Amino acid sequence: MSAPRTGFLLQLARDLRVAMRRFSELLQPLLFFVIVVSLFPLALSPRPELLAELGPGVIWVAALLATLLSMEGVFKTDFEDGGLEQLALSPHPLPLTLLARATAHWLLAGLPLVVLAPLIAGMFFLPWSALPTLIAGLLLGTPLLVLLGTVGAALTVSLRRGGVLLSLLVLPLMVPVLIFGARATDMAMHGETTTGPLYLLASLLVLGISLVPFATAAAIRISLD
Amino acid sequence: MWTWFHKLGSPPHFFRISGALLPWISSIAFLLMVLGIYGGLVLSPADYQQGDGFRIIYVHVPAAWLSMLAYVTMASAAGVGLVWRIKLAHAVAASCAVPGASFTFLALATGSIWGKPMWGTWWEWDARLTSELILLFLYLGYISLRNAFSDVSKADRASAVLALVGVVNIPIIHYSVTWWNTLHQGATVSKMAAPSISGSMLWPLLVSAIGFTLFFVALLFTRTRAEILMRERRTKWLTEVLEGT
Repeated sequence: MSAPRTGFLLQLARDLRVAMRRFSELLQPLLFFVIVVSLFPLALSPRPELLAELGPGVIWVAALLATLLSMEGVFKTDFEDGGLEQLALSPHPLPLTLLARATAHWLLAGLPLVVLAPLIAGMFFLPWSALPTLIAGLLLGTPLLVLLGTVGAALTVSLRRGGVLLSLLVLPLMVPVLIFGARATDMAMHGETTTGPLYLLASLLVLGISLVPFATAAAIRISLD
Repeated sequence: MWTWFHKLGSPPHFFRISGALLPWISSIAFLLMVLGIYGGLVLSPADYQQGDGFRIIYVHVPAAWLSMLAYVTMASAAGVGLVWRIKLAHAVAASCAVPGASFTFLALATGSIWGKPMWGTWWEWDARLTSELILLFLYLGYISLRNAFSDVSKADRASAVLALVGVVNIPIIHYSVTWWNTLHQGATVSKMAAPSISGSMLWPLLVSAIGFTLFFVALLFTRTRAEILMRERRTKWLTEVLEGT
């Protein structure tokens, strides 16, 4: 009964440990997030009312791009050194193992974005009242972005230059997350109730957690052939 | 019935049957399309509100309908190919992508041309136009993924997974875009209020839609035959068929 759970936890611990050894690689997507976001005031204009109007959209698009950027490496090294094959051969169910991998990836690449969000929100003069919705939206949305990214990464891992292709495949699928997430923050800024889009995001996340690992597992098995 | 189904799933039988059916399907498709377009452009009366501008629906609606039908066909064929490992199903899925993307583009282009007199702009972030645009992106992603693999069987299965993920997502994308759009309704957009269409305008539309669908079937058959020629080029039955004729 507890065997799948131990498998999940072992995989999670192993992935976190391996990732922490390459700490500087973890920082790159975060740095990318901060830099991209700070380009917008430079390109547009630093007027607070304009920035507050654009803020939710800019933060969400930047979070989406930063997640995408970090996705290419999720399976790459394991694919090259044969570790992925061992995961596929192991008696633990592959979808669960991949869910552990996605969880580890989210903890290291998604969660820091959520932590940085209040800082960025301050840079964009978002009202304090919108902050809880922004954080809640990102907490629900970024795991979904990571999950969708794993499908794309699994499909393109055996290709030599899969990075751009990965974005092409996954970006259209991420549209609903972007719409609900950015709109929820926008609504919170205008004092409307945001339970609707947040519940929708939450239900999408549940759907993603239950279905996406199976698609990723199928894609991994195809890539390993 | 099942043996017939299994027979159809084998490339030699499909090649023979589709070759026999193709002239019929294409000529009926051609006739219906000519009839539908003639009925739409000449016989049906001008709209009291939109004048002659509305006549573009006789191309726009069939194209939009086929853009979705092609995706569903592609995903179903991909699913069949993935589950039962039927090679022909993968060939069908591969043949759907380019016509589907073309119909999507046609629907977008005609929608945009229609939008110019109706809305006053070439592009409006209307819910249906936006979902069509995202559908086009999905098609293009599918085509690029397929082209990225040099191994045909790997390309088949990888793109099949993508098509299935996409088909689950399409309703979600559509509803999210609709919801986003109703929140963002600009004041200038005057949507047609559920146009109840009169009979003299409706029949050419139906004829045209059936004609376009048959045209898609003919296109699908032709492309699948080309796929079979490419995939089975080293098999004995194909050389026999080709040298026999």
